[in-house]
Amino acid sequence: MQTPEQNAFFETASAPSVKIFGVGNAGDALLNALATAEFSGAEFAAINTDAAALAASSATVKIHLENKLFRGLGSGGDPERGRALAEEQFSTLKSACAGTNVIFILAGLGGGAGSGISPVLAKAAREAGALVLAFVTLPFDCEGNRRETQAQASLEQLKSAADGVVCLPSQKIFKLIDENSTLVETFRVTGGFLIEGVRGVWSLLTRPGLIQVHFGDLCALLRDRHAENAFAFVEASGAGRAREVVEKILTHPLLDEGRVLAESDAVLVSLTAGKDLTMAEINRVMESVKRQCGHAQIIMGAAADAGLKEKLCVTVIAAKQHAPPASVTPRTETRTTAPAAGGQREVVVARPRPRRAGSKPVQTQLPLTIVSKGRFDKSEPTLHRGEDLDVPTFIRRGIALN
Amino acid sequence: MFDDSNIIAGLEIGTSKICVVVGEQNADGALNIIGLGQSRSRGVRKGEVINPEQVEEDLRTAVSEAEQMADVEIRSVFLGVSGGHVRGFNNRGVHPVVSADREISADDVEDVLKNAKAINLPAENTVIHAVRQHFFVDGQDGVSNPVGMLGARLEVDMHVIHGHANRLQNVVRLVRATSLEVNDVVFNGIATSLALLTNEQKELGALVIDIGGGTTEFVVYSDGVIRHSGVLAVGGDHISNDLAYGLKVPLTRAEKLKLEHGAALVSDAAKGQTISITNDLGLELKRVNYEHLQRIMSLRLEELFRLIAQDLEQAGLTDYLRAGVFICGGSSRVPGIVQLAENVFQMNVAPGHAGAISGLTVALDQPEFAAAIGLVKFGSLKNRRRAERPFFKGIIGRLLQRS
Repeated sequence: MQTPEQNAFFETASAPSVKIFGVGNAGDALLNALATAEFSGAEFAAINTDAAALAASSATVKIHLENKLFRGLGSGGDPERGRALAEEQFSTLKSACAGTNVIFILAGLGGGAGSGISPVLAKAAREAGALVLAFVTLPFDCEGNRRETQAQASLEQLKSAADGVVCLPSQKIFKLIDENSTLVETFRVTGGFLIEGVRGVWSLLTRPGLIQVHFGDLCALLRDRHAENAFAFVEASGAGRAREVVEKILTHPLLDEGRVLAESDAVLVSLTAGKDLTMAEINRVMESVKRQCGHAQIIMGAAADAGLKEKLCVTVIAAKQHAPPASVTPRTETRTTAPAAGGQREVVVARPRPRRAGSKPVQTQLPLTIVSKGRFDKSEPTLHRGEDLDVPTFIRRGIALN
Repeated sequence: MFDDSNIIAGLEIGTSKICVVVGEQNADGALNIIGLGQSRSRGVRKGEVINPEQVEEDLRTAVSEAEQMADVEIRSVFLGVSGGHVRGFNNRGVHPVVSADREISADDVEDVLKNAKAINLPAENTVIHAVRQHFFVDGQDGVSNPVGMLGARLEVDMHVIHGHANRLQNVVRLVRATSLEVNDVVFNGIATSLALLTNEQKELGALVIDIGGGTTEFVVYSDGVIRHSGVLAVGGDHISNDLAYGLKVPLTRAEKLKLEHGAALVSDAAKGQTISITNDLGLELKRVNYEHLQRIMSLRLEELFRLIAQDLEQAGLTDYLRAGVFICGGSSRVPGIVQLAENVFQMNVAPGHAGAISGLTVALDQPEFAAAIGLVKFGSLKNRRRAERPFFKGIIGRLLQRS
């Protein structure tokens, strides 16, 4: 016989409950774009200081943060006000987050509400025991210095409050879209990237997997890392889809053309395709990701979804420690969260957060120039097919003279 | 002013020596070597200037020696250049013949040559030579002069030798600083093959390897035209350096050992033998293993030949060398080098002799001077061409340009 608690526990382990928060005006807009049938299992909540915007939102839960002193004018672009309002209502936020496994926070940083409330909300959500993932945009350069600094400050707070932050600098997107696109289109593209991110994680958690990525795996990858995440969602169809997907990953703007993978210390790859997904395809994608990643811990999942038909979708999440790199970090500290799988949240929460001083120590390479080049020491090396011809031939051939 | 003169000087600023050869061209265009000057080169590494002041000093010594010997004043020189940055490649230019009667005119030829010279080089590089190979008329191979032929599509192959502009300019400036005029800059490999090869050998197909102090140039001729060229920044200096490292002796001592005891193949006689190194007073300082000395040299030279052989294999030219391989340059004096080269290339190998020119036998017999003699020959061909062009409307000149 199973007790009700046990039932609840098993339910949690199999299908985590998800709540998506849109914070501020930008967050609301993103939330509206998200609120489609695809995310039917998730609960939507909008938080704003602006009553009018909130009224227009399609979210099921609406939290209006208001103080009489502000006379209904909202936070007025000041994150301190947003922050003060959120902290005042901390218990409301916390109760809104209660009983949820995963919380997504969507926000546009730079303004008052998004920048001020998001970090507080993240903190509240964590205290309520959820895994917090924030998907945020940074303002365009043209929006001015103040918004930029506010956004940066808020991003720092958010990184320390949330489990993972996927940050999308709008200016980066600006370079990708062509000059003639309208403002609406531009916002749609930036929002689209974030939505893709949410969708990727969402499908990871909800779709039946052939090689399942559990909620626990996601926790292991993200929880307590306070990482700066890079995120890519690519899809391709047709005969060469595996190759195409690999190419797209390696040239993805949000992954800095694959460089992010090399620097990250944990990478989650999830493949979703129709029933015709082959092992060779999985192998191909994973091989090339692995080659890029170097020393990162890789978690991989594969799922079949009949609705996708010919398409192959790959979601890559790369987590990188954001703390400033310190030269010496004991290696033992790095993987404390790894065994905390299986959705046993009490254990994870009870543990004091390991604040790592920096990323893992990098073994630097010492120049292996035992062989002096004598006369040619200072001159430009004579390289021929990767060999330095200035080094004596018998040394390069390894011929012993005795 | 100097164009009217029949004195031609070739200057090669090498890694181990600077060498000036003076030739005199008589009215028939025949060339006679009348002077030779050389000095040790101290400011050059791997064929490139590293200390201009020292080079200038050495250059003056060599020039004045040549002037004394030839009893002439040298005002301008043909300058040989080399270095690891010099590369050669083949390029094809295409030109559609548009005239109504499809007859190829001289203008068409000019255009196709221009097209062939339009090549994509790194910004810092400059073309040293663009040598015409053969024309193709509608795909027909081996046309040497297409003017007057009928065709729709005219193509030409060019062999382009290019190098780093600033590094080449360094040498030219240096020579100008000694108040010498530079008539022309010539790739050493081309100069050497001019000195060594007869027209028959160029027609048959030949590989010329000039192993200098710091660089090794190689040039392939076949069907009378230059097919391939290249430079490896490896030379006699590398052998000395290897010896100094392997035998643990100073570089100057290694140089001496190389000259006195060097060999390109390990001889049976050397096995188990040692050589004693003595100081000025005849006291023994050290003993070095004779076999090791020869093995180190042999490995280095064999590798050098193999690299060239590989390069030719890639260019698909190995089967075209019916006249064989010709070796010159200071390092070709190493005993047994011909044998070693024969082992590597699997074809006839001969030490090169600058046979096509008369004059001082001292100069002509030495393999080191081949490049400088070739420079003089290059100059004489150029002078002759200039002289003849008005009379023969440049036809002979054009033929000569192919050589």
